[in-house]
Amino acid sequence: MIMSPARVWRERGSRLRLEGSRCKKCGKMFYPPKPSCPYCSSLETERIELPRKGKVISWTIEYTVPEGYRAEAPLVIALIELDNGVKVLSALTDVEPDKVYDGMEVEAVLRILWVEGAEGLIVYGIKFVPIQ
Amino acid sequence: MRKVYVVGVGMTKIDRHYDKGFAELVHEAFVKAYEDSRGAEPEAVVVGNMLSSSLYQQDSLTALVADAMGLRGRGGFKVEAACGSGGYAFVAGYSLVASGLYDVIAVVGVEKMSDYPTARVTSALAQAADAEHEVIYGASFPGLNALAMRLYMKIYRASREDLALWPVRMHEYAYYNPYAQLRNRITVEDVLKSTTIADPIKLMDSAPVGDGAAVVILASEDMAKKFNDTPIQIAGVGLGSDALDLSSRDDLLKPLSIVKASEKAYRMAKVESKDIDVAEIHDAFTITALLCIEGLRFAEWGTSWKMIKEGRFTKDDKPALNLSGGLKARGHPVGATGVYQVAEIAMQLRGDFPGVKASSPSIGLALNTGGVATLTSVVILKR
Ligand SMILES: [Zn+2]
Repeated sequence: MIMSPARVWRERGSRLRLEGSRCKKCGKMFYPPKPSCPYCSSLETERIELPRKGKVISWTIEYTVPEGYRAEAPLVIALIELDNGVKVLSALTDVEPDKVYDGMEVEAVLRILWVEGAEGLIVYGIKFVPIQ
Repeated sequence: MRKVYVVGVGMTKIDRHYDKGFAELVHEAFVKAYEDSRGAEPEAVVVGNMLSSSLYQQDSLTALVADAMGLRGRGGFKVEAACGSGGYAFVAGYSLVASGLYDVIAVVGVEKMSDYPTARVTSALAQAADAEHEVIYGASFPGLNALAMRLYMKIYRASREDLALWPVRMHEYAYYNPYAQLRNRITVEDVLKSTTIADPIKLMDSAPVGDGAAVVILASEDMAKKFNDTPIQIAGVGLGSDALDLSSRDDLLKPLSIVKASEKAYRMAKVESKDIDVAEIHDAFTITALLCIEGLRFAEWGTSWKMIKEGRFTKDDKPALNLSGGLKARGHPVGATGVYQVAEIAMQLRGDFPGVKASSPSIGLALNTGGVATLTSVVILKR
């Protein structure tokens, strides 16, 4: 992926603060944030900060990875259900891939994803770690 | 809307065609389709393709394709819906003729994938997913499907062995299909022992990387009767979408795009799932096949794996599924696949498919999808 400073700045809500959306009409919450509600088609939503703890409901250990991720392979990509029921897809980190299990309790942490180009643009994102 | 017919089909064998570029592949498929139609000359071209921009830095693909077909001057457009581009292009082409804008058009599916290393192709294919929230963490296309597969196995209590039966069957069919990429027979053990790409997805659960082109020529009723004795009518088409991301989907195992596209196509064709004799479905991975079968209502949710185990959906069953060998073994040149599927169903209905044949089918269906069942098209053809 190629990042730009403006994009990193614009996407900060969902990627640095774990912001999702709440529909102003039906009240449903979801991630990633969207300007319209996918469930009731309302055109009005508001940004909310999501709880940082949840549990793994599905995961994969990726051995064949996209360009630029070779050094970190294998990657553990997981679908996490947060404490309020909202689902988030992200990577697990600080974990042995074969020790991940269904229902494992995890918590969001801010991590460097990569450092880009000669100018050294740092791309951050939210990964999840097991709760000890 | 006017009635629209398939009057000619042509395709290349899917392979690692290191000696052929976009133009050569399209030319080969078009020559066959043009001869098959007995000389129906397209007035416009619709191209299904996913990767020309990301892998080849080539846009304006319609101009390249029209020139390769000897049709310089004709207009058209490229349609992108990731791995579902071919089916979406077909529906766009259908509407050009149905609307009366053109009398004869060509739908072309073309893809080149084999020139680049796996990591580059993996990155390009991942563009089908949510770049901002999924791909950024290194999620690959097989990885996202693996999340669905693990969930499926857990919720419906299917074992890894149960889900190895589908690829074995696909290889068996592809053995008889001269256009198929993988024409070797395999066993359940081969599947289970193959390399893990994204656990629990194995290499042999996955469609291979390959190049290919397929062409379908469509015509209005008057023109169809002029050119062809056995035109196949397009009875219904439907499109659907689901969330780009997997996070905000209500139920990952009930893809909205498949439900919506098939409902629309069934309604338009005035048929139900039980009326379909033969179908080509989108089995980029074994899990995708199961979601297609259930979304099309060929099986109740969560039961398709059992029906496959019981020997259902084979060549003498109704519906017979993926007699071509499917994406798994016929091959999956991503943006071209949907056009291959429609061409195969048209040949099944005419009775001249050169591989395993369904027993005198009269209604056929093709389901093509992009992403993790993110953008789906369903096409129903009638003899
Ligand atoms: Zn709502």
